[in-house]
Amino acid sequence: MKSQSMMAAQKTIPIKSPGAGSEAAARRRARLRCEWVIEGGLFVAALTSVAATVTIIAVLLSESIGFFKTVPLTDFFTDTLWTPLFADPHYGILPLLAGTLVTSGVGLLVAIPLGTVAAIYLSEFASSRVREIIKPTLELLGAVPTVVYGYFALLVVTPGLQHLWPDLPGFNMLGPGIVIGIMIMPFVISLSEDAMRAVPMVLREGSYAMGATRLQTAWRVVVPAATSGLVAAYVLGISRAVGETMVVAIAAGQNPNLTWNPLEPAATITAYIVQVALGDLPHGSIGYQSIFAAGLVLAVMTFAFNILGHMLRKRFREIY
Amino acid sequence: MNRLDSPHVHDRPKSLKAETRALSFSYGSRLALKNLSIPIGENQITALIGPSGCGKSTFLRCFNRMHDLYAGNRYEGEILLYPDSRNILAPEVDPIEVRMRIAMVFQKPNPFPKSIYDNVAYGLRVRGTTERYLLDEKVEQALRSAALWEEVKDRLPAQATSLSGGQQQRLCIARALATDPELLLLDEPTSALDPIATASIEELLLDLKRRVTILIVTHNMQQAARVSDWTAFMYLGELVEFGLTKQLFTTPFKKQTEDYITGRFG
Amino acid sequence: MAAQSSPQKHPSIARRKIAEALFKILGLGSLIIAVGTLVLLLGALLFEGVTRIDWQFLMSYPSRHAAQAGILPAWVGSTLIMLVTAVVGIPLGVAAAIYLEEYARKTWMTELIEITVTNLAGVPSIIYGLLALGLFVYILGLGETILVAGLTLALLILPVVIVTTREAIRAIPVEIREAAYALGATKWQTVAHHVLPYSAAGILTGIILALSRAIGETAPIVTIGALTFIAFLPPAPFTTQPPYLSFDWLLSPFTVMPIQMFGWVSRPGEDFASNAAAAGILLVGMTLTMNGLAIYLRYRMRKQVTW
Repeated sequence: MKSQSMMAAQKTIPIKSPGAGSEAAARRRARLRCEWVIEGGLFVAALTSVAATVTIIAVLLSESIGFFKTVPLTDFFTDTLWTPLFADPHYGILPLLAGTLVTSGVGLLVAIPLGTVAAIYLSEFASSRVREIIKPTLELLGAVPTVVYGYFALLVVTPGLQHLWPDLPGFNMLGPGIVIGIMIMPFVISLSEDAMRAVPMVLREGSYAMGATRLQTAWRVVVPAATSGLVAAYVLGISRAVGETMVVAIAAGQNPNLTWNPLEPAATITAYIVQVALGDLPHGSIGYQSIFAAGLVLAVMTFAFNILGHMLRKRFREIY
Repeated sequence: MNRLDSPHVHDRPKSLKAETRALSFSYGSRLALKNLSIPIGENQITALIGPSGCGKSTFLRCFNRMHDLYAGNRYEGEILLYPDSRNILAPEVDPIEVRMRIAMVFQKPNPFPKSIYDNVAYGLRVRGTTERYLLDEKVEQALRSAALWEEVKDRLPAQATSLSGGQQQRLCIARALATDPELLLLDEPTSALDPIATASIEELLLDLKRRVTILIVTHNMQQAARVSDWTAFMYLGELVEFGLTKQLFTTPFKKQTEDYITGRFG
Repeated sequence: MAAQSSPQKHPSIARRKIAEALFKILGLGSLIIAVGTLVLLLGALLFEGVTRIDWQFLMSYPSRHAAQAGILPAWVGSTLIMLVTAVVGIPLGVAAAIYLEEYARKTWMTELIEITVTNLAGVPSIIYGLLALGLFVYILGLGETILVAGLTLALLILPVVIVTTREAIRAIPVEIREAAYALGATKWQTVAHHVLPYSAAGILTGIILALSRAIGETAPIVTIGALTFIAFLPPAPFTTQPPYLSFDWLLSPFTVMPIQMFGWVSRPGEDFASNAAAAGILLVGMTLTMNGLAIYLRYRMRKQVTW
């Protein structure tokens, strides 16, 4: 609303009344000044998020630049060992990347099919009573701290899996991967359901009017119409899975291992950062800088997925 | 004097496709349709007219059990579909079965965000037809019946939403016709279209009635007069008068009908 | 063109209805898997750890001997850090939201702020830890302290508070604001007298959800150097001499509940597992209670307020 600044710019015409005049004008000026100060304060608060973003980028970049003075970029991306703290250090990010991708991949294999089917059910089939019970429960599922999920993965899921495969090592990527999948399910369900509910009812009526069943309408009309919204949900889910830390730090082991086999232990980028942070590293050492380099890779990955996901969501919202 | 004692039915079509008998309908606790008994002549166009809120769309949507989609609605009375004299409102009758015999075109064109071909083929695919040659044949037939074939035959894979408003509505008509319905319901099909598109659809309907029985709701009285054989005038959920269009529009029996037609209310 | 009317059912209907019934089972099944996991998780925690919770557990320090270990520094640390987080994060977040909803004009600066808020919401929590490590711990030299932990978590919950506050404010119809302006109120008067009070319940819900998330956060806290084995408490905020308030506790090393649980889970051995489970029960109890409270508040609000 521009009225305040407009008022300040015009000359105020005093209303003729006994005893008024400069006193009223002075009060008005004081109030306007007060408003200006308040707006300034609120603006500064809003700038915090810009400051935080800039600082993240600055910190990650500056420490990584220090790191890459020692480690050539080609080594970073092609070396197959990640052993920065050993006597013979190697700085290849591939093992950590593989660990991240495999655990996230397992998680998505769980979350996307189950989540989409659940979302279709909630959006197109479930009665409002069922929805009123299920939706808060899913919210609670997402509210459990990740360290508790880590406990669950290590001490419940992995032993459970070991019943099926007795050779499964205590640390592996399958258990935490499944738990990550369950963890991001509520998120995927929520976004997918939003996408489907945005599809107008008239389209559904058109389908029903031709003798289609609820399932046919959901599958042949609603889901295709909601596609970009669904893909956005998946992409944002990937971003969540990739950034997950505690579950993998606890249950996947902390030994970097370049493998695509989920039955083996491995370390993810996030688990590595935790491992180093738990130890003692002198500020400025190559070990210290390595967590920022790894963090930079993680930040770039999640940033890319987030941007993609939000662009898709925006495009979807424009259609409906 | 104009309080509705009983509706006046001048005449009845000789051969009926469908008929409602004492049809009443309520949305929850609100009674929207009261005791309607209206005959629908086979291979003819029957129009439903009346002021806003008189229940004509509600009445139309009873025919293909659209109200079943929303909770809290209740039907009373019967709608008989001939020649098998089936009451399609009976609870043991599956609404899906009804919708496979009776098709609907909506007020605002609602093509699916799919290709033109896939839109028209939808009803057939949903029934389980998958053979490409069968679908091709039916799609062409339906598009010709809707007078759209010449305009789209070279761009069947194009998105349906790239068509103009009038073309989209004709596409929806083609889509409805592809499954060979016995009765075609049209809910104010031209109210969202410009006069030229409106005229083309009215022309289409006059041609279509040779093959399909048509029931059309319209708020445009001139359209009813141009297009229909029989007209039912409804008011506040009740039938006021029913008869041959020519007669109803020139010498209506009830004063209320005359007042509406001459624009004194509504 | 009219089809022959068939009194018997179309054969495809039965087939399609079976498919539909199967899908409903699948759908419900997926939901049951999700909910069932929650139940299983809670059950496992309770089974393993509920017996471990007693006064001694709540009041002892960690120890190499599992049976004697306790969670005292952890919950004290969590509480103090929550205090800092709330004091810093909530006013910042609410203020930023008010600016964005009520004051901001459509400039590139506003666009930039909104993009960064959305972005920050999607940043993995461990990156906040790296930010804090680089900036607060080293550049600003604040050390591995409660203050730094509180600031880090405040930044972490900032996007959540901003988004939920904005939604709560947006729910108030523009007519109310117009009525206030028409009576001569200034912008701030409208916000303070009308917008904030009416959206208070929604804002509160968002705050509760944000704090509940902050309590359970582990990764950023680990990164800035929380300790898993700590044998002392931060100095108390109150002293016996004037001015009776001390801020030394802000610069103290610390641990928090999730870290303590993490430490115990990482140790091999049956006994530490039950300690971890006990800590987990307390942690889950806190977060579920807070979330449940928020959900309840939201439910009550929806019933009351009809604009």
